Amino acid sequence: MDLLEYQGKQLFARHGLPVPEGRHADTVDDAVAAANEIGYPCVVKAQVAIGGRGKAGGIKVAKDETEARAHSEAILGMDIRGFTVHDLWIEQASEIAAEYYASIILDRSEKKLLAMVSRMGGMDVEEVAETDPDALVRAHIDPAAGLDTDAARQLAVDAGIDDDVTDQVAEMLVKLTDVAVAEDATLLEINPLIVTNDRRVVALDSKATIDGSALFRHPELAELTDKSAEDPQEAMAKERGLTYVKLGGNIGILGNGAGLCMSTLDVVAQAGGKPANFLDAGGGSKADAIVDALEVITSDPNVNAILFNIFGGITRCDEIAKGIIEASRRIGIELPVVVRLDGTNSAEGLGILAEANLGNLHVERTMLGAAKAVVELAGGRS
Amino acid sequence: MSIVVGPDTKLVVSGLTGREGTFHGLRNRDYGTDLVAGVTPGKGGQDVDGVPVYDSIAEARGERGANTSMIFVPARFAAPAIEEAIDAGVETVIAITEGIPVLDMLRVYWKAKEAGTRLIGPNCPGVLSPGKANVGIIPAQFFDAGNIGVVSKSGTLTYQIGNELKQAGMGNSSIVGIGGDPIVGSDFIDVLTLFENDPETEGIVMVGEIGGDAEERAAEFISQSVTKPVVGYIAGFTAPPGKQMGHAGAIISGSEGTAEAKKKALEAKGVRVGKSPTETAQLAVEAMRAA
Repeated sequence: MDLLEYQGKQLFARHGLPVPEGRHADTVDDAVAAANEIGYPCVVKAQVAIGGRGKAGGIKVAKDETEARAHSEAILGMDIRGFTVHDLWIEQASEIAAEYYASIILDRSEKKLLAMVSRMGGMDVEEVAETDPDALVRAHIDPAAGLDTDAARQLAVDAGIDDDVTDQVAEMLVKLTDVAVAEDATLLEINPLIVTNDRRVVALDSKATIDGSALFRHPELAELTDKSAEDPQEAMAKERGLTYVKLGGNIGILGNGAGLCMSTLDVVAQAGGKPANFLDAGGGSKADAIVDALEVITSDPNVNAILFNIFGGITRCDEIAKGIIEASRRIGIELPVVVRLDGTNSAEGLGILAEANLGNLHVERTMLGAAKAVVELAGGRS
Repeated sequence: MSIVVGPDTKLVVSGLTGREGTFHGLRNRDYGTDLVAGVTPGKGGQDVDGVPVYDSIAEARGERGANTSMIFVPARFAAPAIEEAIDAGVETVIAITEGIPVLDMLRVYWKAKEAGTRLIGPNCPGVLSPGKANVGIIPAQFFDAGNIGVVSKSGTLTYQIGNELKQAGMGNSSIVGIGGDPIVGSDFIDVLTLFENDPETEGIVMVGEIGGDAEERAAEFISQSVTKPVVGYIAGFTAPPGKQMGHAGAIISGSEGTAEAKKKALEAKGVRVGKSPTETAQLAVEAMRAA
């Protein structure tokens, strides 16, 4: 789960990391009140889960109430690369003497957390990695020992951080590691990590990713929502506990198991089709889950044919078949539906489908056959 | 011979008294696996269809000689359960549970490594050695005994491929589900090593998917240390690229994590990659004929 900038900064503040003073607002009036409280100059910042806000005009300095109002009006509701701005962060303006970079990230390949520091902040850090790799200092964190202050200071020194702020940067890194472990964050990135004119180290931005599997032990984080990029189908699926990703094509896909579902998308694409979505019905799916899944898929106006690819291990094909019949009855599906049922109880499942005699149902025995059939039914090769 | 599970497996199931644990534990027993005990703290002294239940894995090991642990407990208790198994000295731990926090698994991974425990999973369907033992949720009826080893990140996709292999007349020495989580106890390289050293395995099928660089590292390993023929399948060519969040991720990855990158890496080392599960089974047939 990705946090918005202000959510990340609030998380940092809770753990004692220095961040500029700020207030959240989601109306113009609240934004102006916040700006007045914080004082001027302050910065009105769009809160969306994508970069390039500055370029898009989503970050503006206000020197008085008039500007605060004007900027808030302009930025709230703005579209930034497909994301709508619903939230603002009104922040005290900082005087910047230097811009650094610091991050803690899970390196899944090494199976350790990785700390990275650079004196070249405020820019694309991938560029730094490519053009000036020595400027980006990195060290894996020992899982048992953690990151101690000496090791953190060494990183800062190696990165060429100014002498007078090395200790502060080191402390920031240690605290950042603590945040990662305490809050189950797989990514915490501060870019830029600034040095103010009066030589204080402050986190000017925040990118944070929290492990979705750990939200059960972070109820306050689990409550946070990001309204900026909610696709109606994805929101609907989330509500019903389904794993769904919209892809934009016209063939609705349902599979049981993420790998099988991805494989189905690939096979349909190879047959010349354009999948509308990924939807993993999960292991052990019962009839209700199938009904939910079909409701989500058919609510997408682009879908004009559907493919069910089921290989039942624990999932029983007769349950899936019952779900398809039930869904047809409940929501009246007229679109062509290609069904491939294999595995546990497939004979029973196919029998149930044959008996129901639904005109729009096409049964295929193999995965490849089913893919070809649904592509044809969706309107041939696109 | 098979790998990881077989006739010498003495299985203890953490979570045997739960609904899923009972269903799959007894299924494994009915298949022929030696299920010696279950563990649920507080339920020691009970039994599940005659299988004794203990309060701890240490007791199950002491009393019944359990050497393999299957972890079938909810995500929030699973990491501690795996650690308990490691502490009890169990040789092999197979964690079926999905949704274990990744930083818990980071800790558990290193604990297992230090103790020399073989950890498979989490978020995996387990391990099946056809005709010998089944530990986990793999439906054994779709697999025949034979000489092809299968190692896979997926669940149902593995059954699909196993079924295709069976229809093509091929059987398996062992099928190992390594799981799809970012940090798993054993990755492709660990299992390829076991297959390479297993006399019963003569060919290998590797099933990967987008994310991470395990397939790329496996490709390198295959070119250096695997003499048996390997064919592969990668799922996820049509998956949308991950949303970039910060740029740190782009720097550390040894790969873009795309299906295309994995296919290229494998093919560069002589591993043929099928376009579909069906084609992959065909490639396996051809590879064995040529061997």
